[in-house]
Amino acid sequence: MDKTWNNNAWFLVLPVLVLVAFSAIIPLMTVVNYSVQDTFGNNEFFWAGLDWFEDTLHSERFWAALWRNLLFSAIILAIQIPLGIFIALNMPKRGWGVPVCLVLMALPLLIPWNVVGTIWQVFGRVDIGLLGRTLAAMGIDYNYVQDPLDAWITVVVMDVWHWTSLVVLLCYAGLASIPDAYYQAARIDGASRWSVFRFIQLPKMQRVLLIAVLLRFMDSFMIYTEPFVVTGGGPGNETTFLSIDLVKMAIGQFDVGPAAAMSLIYFLIVLLLSWVFYTVMTNYGQGDER
Amino acid sequence: MARIDLDHIRHSYLSNPQRDEDYALKEVHHSFADGGAYALLGPSGCGKTSLLNIISGLVAPSRGRVLFGGEDVTDLSTERRNIAQVFQFPVIYDTMTVFDNLAFPLRNRGVAEADVKRRVTETLEIIGLADWAHRRARRLTADQKQKISLGRGLVRHDVNAILFDEPLTVIDPHMKWVLRSQLKELHKRFGYTMVYVTHDQTEALTFAQTVVVMFEGAVVQIGTPAELFERPSHTFVGYFIGSPGMNVIPVDLDGATARLGSQVITLPGAASPSPGARIELGVRPEYVRVGREGMPIRVLTVEDIGRHRIVRGTLEGSDIAAIVPEHHELPSEPRVQFDPKGINIYANSWRQSLGA
Repeated sequence: MDKTWNNNAWFLVLPVLVLVAFSAIIPLMTVVNYSVQDTFGNNEFFWAGLDWFEDTLHSERFWAALWRNLLFSAIILAIQIPLGIFIALNMPKRGWGVPVCLVLMALPLLIPWNVVGTIWQVFGRVDIGLLGRTLAAMGIDYNYVQDPLDAWITVVVMDVWHWTSLVVLLCYAGLASIPDAYYQAARIDGASRWSVFRFIQLPKMQRVLLIAVLLRFMDSFMIYTEPFVVTGGGPGNETTFLSIDLVKMAIGQFDVGPAAAMSLIYFLIVLLLSWVFYTVMTNYGQGDER
Repeated sequence: MARIDLDHIRHSYLSNPQRDEDYALKEVHHSFADGGAYALLGPSGCGKTSLLNIISGLVAPSRGRVLFGGEDVTDLSTERRNIAQVFQFPVIYDTMTVFDNLAFPLRNRGVAEADVKRRVTETLEIIGLADWAHRRARRLTADQKQKISLGRGLVRHDVNAILFDEPLTVIDPHMKWVLRSQLKELHKRFGYTMVYVTHDQTEALTFAQTVVVMFEGAVVQIGTPAELFERPSHTFVGYFIGSPGMNVIPVDLDGATARLGSQVITLPGAASPSPGARIELGVRPEYVRVGREGMPIRVLTVEDIGRHRIVRGTLEGSDIAAIVPEHHELPSEPRVQFDPKGINIYANSWRQSLGA
């Protein structure tokens, strides 16, 4: 069959281009625009050059929020990925248990972020919360409003509760696609349970794990709603992550310029780290020679 | 190596089978001799893969026993039965090299690394993948992958049997032929007991010394390719083996003659089936002679398939096919005769012996 070349076909993507322009490119350029200017209101703007970027990169507050956020994402990935794999491996493969487990797993994912935050905010309260009261009754000194460690534990456990299901569902889908013959061959080869996991299940889950790591990293690195509802970034600034800081700066203090500069840096960090994850995970095990 | 006995094996995938129809395998009682090459032949869903998995221990039979070399292994796990099995789709461990793939079953059994190296190197020579030893297995073609699956069995010298579950399904036609010849070669050289499941008659007849034909969960005939061809013990074997399949024509029996409408066919001997049985005469198209003598037929089509032609027509209302040589002239009013040595009589689909 002959291929027909017709550059008019580009017009077919025009509607999408317009949509993307309005939804992404124009807002992004607005941010770029703000990031190089200063304003004192009254719609008056002054050229600021790269000052806001320099300020941000020299700001202790920014670095503190960035490290906090990186630590949070690292903890989240370190817990959710192994836990998700473990749960997926132990879910039933057939029978009535399958739909039951899938629905139970999907439930947390269906709850809106701020509702999740509210649930845990109430759940953990020392005066009326079930968790807070129970821990207090057991003699454990737990108070997420005052103790930074307690606040961190609460936010991490909440995120694990909310999002591990996503990893589970992705891994379960990956496992379900492995033909029975692989397990049968492994039995014939005398493979141990660990070998089956290491040489069959893990390699077959590699692609879905890549997606899971990327999604969980990006989401946790951009987390805002749930910790904002539970701790409001406190105690002090102990759970103030980048996005919470950003909102404080842009809306609370109306520092549009620095906030714009910070969001661009933030955006580039997410992009860079996602690229690193993607490159490392797609190239892993691709080498031809031992 | 060991002789494999299947002692009254029945299997059902239902938890509480009641009737005969509930069984995927009705009853199989058969021995595979040590060092034999067997094919399990039958259509999809006839239970041949179930039978294979019962031998390898992947499926536990509902009833009956499996014996290897006289020893009851029914309750032994697959690992402990020391069996090799090659599946329909090649199973390889993607992240390992070809070498490590073959070493895997040995290492799992705690074989010393020096022995592993020696045996894997030998096996790689046999399957012709020596040059690929340190490549990642995932980069190979389907037939190379299937060779690795086979190699993981061959590398264990002491396997009781090598089982094949339609192993050439995903292989190109040319490579199919090559691999099948190599399997036969391996069998001759090492004398493994091999059981080969297939629905392809050519594969079964060229690979095996003994073919076990299965139909609806039961073994209908066990024999050499020649026996299956000359004396099909069930009309299903007649249909299933041969191309085109055997002509099966309903007849009335009268001692040593069969009556078909107004025609009378002299049989090589008298049959004595139980009264009331449904009687059919089976004759392969190879034994139907077309000429000016015999019973008149109406020709419907003539297919030229190269070395010979297939004449299809009707004889007294029954469909009949005949194979004639390429340049054989068809008379304008063709008639057929059956070669007596190709005539079989069936009562309720089972072959009757014809007394003299």
